[in-house]
Amino acid sequence: MPTTALRRTQRPGKDDNLSTAPDPHTSATRYKVTGIRVLRSEWAKFWSLRSSWITLGVAVFLLVLFGAIASFTYSADATAGGGPAPGGGSGDSDAVSLALTGVTFASLAVGVLGVLLAAGEYGTGMIRSTLAAVPRRLPVLWSKAAVIGPIVLVLTVIGALAAFQLGTPGLDGEKIALSLGDDGVLRSLAGAGVYLSLVAVFGVALGMLIRSSAGAIAVLVGTLLILPGLASLLPDSLYDTMNPYFPSNAGSAVYALNQSSDALSPGAGIAVFAGWVALTLAGAAYRLRKSDA
Amino acid sequence: MIEARELTKRYGDKTVVDNLSFTVKPGEVTGFLGPNGAGKSTTMRMIVGLDSPTKGSVTVAGRSYAKHAAPLHEIGTLLEAKSVHPGRSAFNHLMALAHTHGIPRRRVDEVIELAGLTSVAGKRVGAFSLGMGQRLGIATALLGDPAIVMLDEPVNGLDPEGVLWVRNLLRSLADEGRAVMLSSHLMSETALIADHLVIIGRGRLLADTTVDDFTQEAGGGGIRVATAEAMKLRSLLAGPDVTITSSSNEELLVSGRDAREIGAIAARNGIALHELTPQSVSLEAAFMDLTRDVVEYQSAPADTERKAA
Repeated sequence: MPTTALRRTQRPGKDDNLSTAPDPHTSATRYKVTGIRVLRSEWAKFWSLRSSWITLGVAVFLLVLFGAIASFTYSADATAGGGPAPGGGSGDSDAVSLALTGVTFASLAVGVLGVLLAAGEYGTGMIRSTLAAVPRRLPVLWSKAAVIGPIVLVLTVIGALAAFQLGTPGLDGEKIALSLGDDGVLRSLAGAGVYLSLVAVFGVALGMLIRSSAGAIAVLVGTLLILPGLASLLPDSLYDTMNPYFPSNAGSAVYALNQSSDALSPGAGIAVFAGWVALTLAGAAYRLRKSDA
Repeated sequence: MIEARELTKRYGDKTVVDNLSFTVKPGEVTGFLGPNGAGKSTTMRMIVGLDSPTKGSVTVAGRSYAKHAAPLHEIGTLLEAKSVHPGRSAFNHLMALAHTHGIPRRRVDEVIELAGLTSVAGKRVGAFSLGMGQRLGIATALLGDPAIVMLDEPVNGLDPEGVLWVRNLLRSLADEGRAVMLSSHLMSETALIADHLVIIGRGRLLADTTVDDFTQEAGGGGIRVATAEAMKLRSLLAGPDVTITSSSNEELLVSGRDAREIGAIAARNGIALHELTPQSVSLEAAFMDLTRDVVEYQSAPADTERKAA
């Protein structure tokens, strides 16, 4: 048959018929895109950039440094003068909140890390190579989130533990001193890690959504730091209802040892903050899928 | 095999690619030509699904690019050379892409060697020269051992040795039965590599032809014949596909017959010729002729500024 003869000159399986069976040549060479492989690729991408190491290092360093310093410079008199009795509200010092003083700074660092992982691809043009290799696109977003989340979780939990342990001698003899075995201490320290890993994923989502590092970092800082302040301009009743649900407030409920009366419980805090992250991820997924790269 | 059917891309009210249909066949090098801004890169981006067409469709081996299980094995692309994170080494860049398909490290080393990047594979891509960036882009395109290789301006920034390397590489890829598509705005360069030409301007198809046909037509400036017996020769040369014009009574411009034929006819009839010259038009001139009306960024003639001053 002339058609078979013609096809033989082409590569096997290079059939131009629209209704062909699976290509024999792809199964022969076993090259195939799978979710696990995309994850592996994103893992390799993450660690092969110096900026990942630096930003991650800075995050953990800030976490440990600020926590330790806060514990060592704590003086009971200073707080006793102004604030209400310990254990009352979120504004009070306890050994855990002192150890986690650095969380805000670390959250900016890991957020930026997430943004760079995503928007950095757009800034450099790498995204064209990435999406040409994974034209279904969405696995790239999930993989970035799945790579950065656990990495940040593990390292910041270690960082939080280190900050607490390093700070313990500084609080020696103080009323607020706690040990790792005390109620809620481990939960709070781990909660800080959970919060920071969600912030990193939030950064990835923002980076994919906005596609510019500068823009995404601005939105990140705005959401985490400026939004709660701006919201205080709202009428009091509205502010009181909404305040605990802002991303950073919901997030801080995750790692607070003592819940203030108006804050969410740690579980609810995780749920609300994760909700914000999921919403942003959904937006990022939509844009990634729908618009030209 | 790439098949574009009525491919159209609009950004707002600007139509960048306009109802473009063409085919890139296996075993051939297809030159994709057009002046700057003709829509070449946009078309290539649509082929690999980076941009979605406003209208029409393009398939790679019969399906849209995203539907392939191993896209890099179907078509390897070099878009702009800077589709790389400058902070990553060439090796890590290739390895990251290889991971997505389960391509072994052995293959990564292979394409690095093929592209002549072995000595710089560990260096950050940001420190690469334009030519090295192009080589990395070509290595990336070949990574998945693709059936189609599509390169956007591959010889940009390459030194003469590199240009020759690309030329031989593309030829051997086509000879292996792969489809090769390369874009360029240089006709003369493309004619040396390509078998087939797809020429576009302002997003529209201007010509879909072979290099041989294009060359022939470009050479179809006719043949100038000078003889004292122009009138007599004119009637002897006349034929169905022959057009003859004359600018003076001793000169003819003949198209439709080649020099050998004309000389033979003249000799047979005892007509002495003073001149028998094929009027060659350079490929570049023929290309510019074809695209003159559709050049996006037309430069003013060089003398206008002087007149104004």
